[in-house]
Amino acid sequence: MSTPMVHARAVRKSFGHLEVLKGIDLTVERGEVVVILGPSGSGKSTFLRCVNHLETIDGGAIHVDGELIGFRAHGGRVHHLGDRDITRQRREIGMVFQQFNLFPHFTVVQNIMEAPVGVRRESRAQARTRALALLERVGLADKTNSYPRQLSGGQQQRVAIARALAMQPKLMLFDEPTSALDPELVGEVLATMKGLATDGLTMIVVTHEVGFAREVADRVVFMDGGVIVEAGPPAEVLDNPQNPRTRAFLSKVL
Amino acid sequence: MTTATERHSPPEVDVAGAARTRHPLRWVASIILLVLAAQLVNLLITNPNFKWDVVARYFNAQVIGAGIITTLYLTVIAMAVGVVLGVIVAMGRLSQNPIARIVSGLYVWFFRGTPVLVQLVLWYNLSALMPQISFGIPFGPEFLTADTNKLITPLLAAILGLGLNEAAYMAEIIRGGLMSVDPGQTEAASALGMSRGRTFRRIILPQAMRFIVPPTGSQVISMLKATSLVSVIALADLLYTVQAIYNRTFQTIPLLIVACVWYLVITSILYVGQSFIERHYARGATRNAPQSFWSFLLFRRRQSAPAPTREETPS
Repeated sequence: MSTPMVHARAVRKSFGHLEVLKGIDLTVERGEVVVILGPSGSGKSTFLRCVNHLETIDGGAIHVDGELIGFRAHGGRVHHLGDRDITRQRREIGMVFQQFNLFPHFTVVQNIMEAPVGVRRESRAQARTRALALLERVGLADKTNSYPRQLSGGQQQRVAIARALAMQPKLMLFDEPTSALDPELVGEVLATMKGLATDGLTMIVVTHEVGFAREVADRVVFMDGGVIVEAGPPAEVLDNPQNPRTRAFLSKVL
Repeated sequence: MTTATERHSPPEVDVAGAARTRHPLRWVASIILLVLAAQLVNLLITNPNFKWDVVARYFNAQVIGAGIITTLYLTVIAMAVGVVLGVIVAMGRLSQNPIARIVSGLYVWFFRGTPVLVQLVLWYNLSALMPQISFGIPFGPEFLTADTNKLITPLLAAILGLGLNEAAYMAEIIRGGLMSVDPGQTEAASALGMSRGRTFRRIILPQAMRFIVPPTGSQVISMLKATSLVSVIALADLLYTVQAIYNRTFQTIPLLIVACVWYLVITSILYVGQSFIERHYARGATRNAPQSFWSFLLFRRRQSAPAPTREETPS
């Protein structure tokens, strides 16, 4: 069996005295779509941000595609990685944020081209061709030269997805991608994400959209209080939850 | 039911033809201001003490031109020192290194807390404090020693005095601009694998510029006027030049007017330049097109889009 895409073991993280992650074990296989559900404050977003080292973990280890994230094990000792190595690791991991975080001073196509040209040293022509293809894919070919502020929230989030895909990541992280959207705009973003899942991209999605989890996820993970309470195929976890906390949560959101 | 609705329906009114509200107080204020303006114009024309013929004679005199050039290049150099050093001090204040934070904090505290005139005179008289300046290994051997009086010319004293003082203000303006950029921007850039340097150059600084440029424009104008302080250390700038003339001819008022008009001409040109830079950095800042050049020049307010909040210039 090949190495899993994500292998997290006993991951711990504290902010001051507050322990947010109390030992998370999670394996994500290649091509798998894992949806993390859970009440706010359960640590699910923090865990996601640990996977690409936006947060430094305090204990345990996270491997992505067999490579230890944020640290280097050498001769029985572990060292923090330098900035250069951390940025190299992040290039392989795409991330989509709740607040989109598009660059407001760049046009849509400039947003998508910035990292391929500036970080991966692609030619502008090549980056532009791919950016336009990606915009076609997320259904925004007509917004190429718009500025982010001229777009709706749903359109901005689809540009953010295209921007992350432009780096050709092997893993995509979605941090509550639809939570900041008006209800009528949620569908277009979820449809785009569903398309990516169908294409076989490995994805970890933190969301409150139980319908999306049921339809797209290969596995649903339920987190509460900094631990994984329950995990399994969506049919099992969503329709027949074993843990009382999962049941209580689902009864509120469904 | 129909009768009930008819009884309660309001009378037929159409607000389309409403009369305009009258503002009598505006009329009173306008008339007072116009009368005062007329008096001022009358004073300028009829008072012989202005000696407009003297003003005209000296306005484009060669010696005045030399003073203007000194004033201009002192402004440019001191401002350049201020911006470069200001960026460094601002980065120090935002640094994660506590020593850098403390040192840059003390820098701002000292240079903002003492009058620039005092700082100028202090630099000019540095030889009284240190007769010789040496370069070498700290507390070790010295490679190069110079006589302070020869090293610190009036020009260098002026550049140090104005530039180091300006750096303290610029540091605060730049720090405010950098802090006004959403931290999500840094996160998004990090997640794309961009280095810290590239994130700063391409993402953070261009967005911070929108908040940095307007107060910096005010600083340039302040600097232009602050250069007149160097007349106390005998540097022949615009003010020193006119003072030298009126000390000889006793035509004090006309020559001060020559200086004032030139300062106004230069600040007006700077103001126009600032508007172009502001428009450049307004890209993507609002849903609407950037404010037009003429409406900026005529002090018109932005109509639809909410104006970005601007940092007030520290004074």
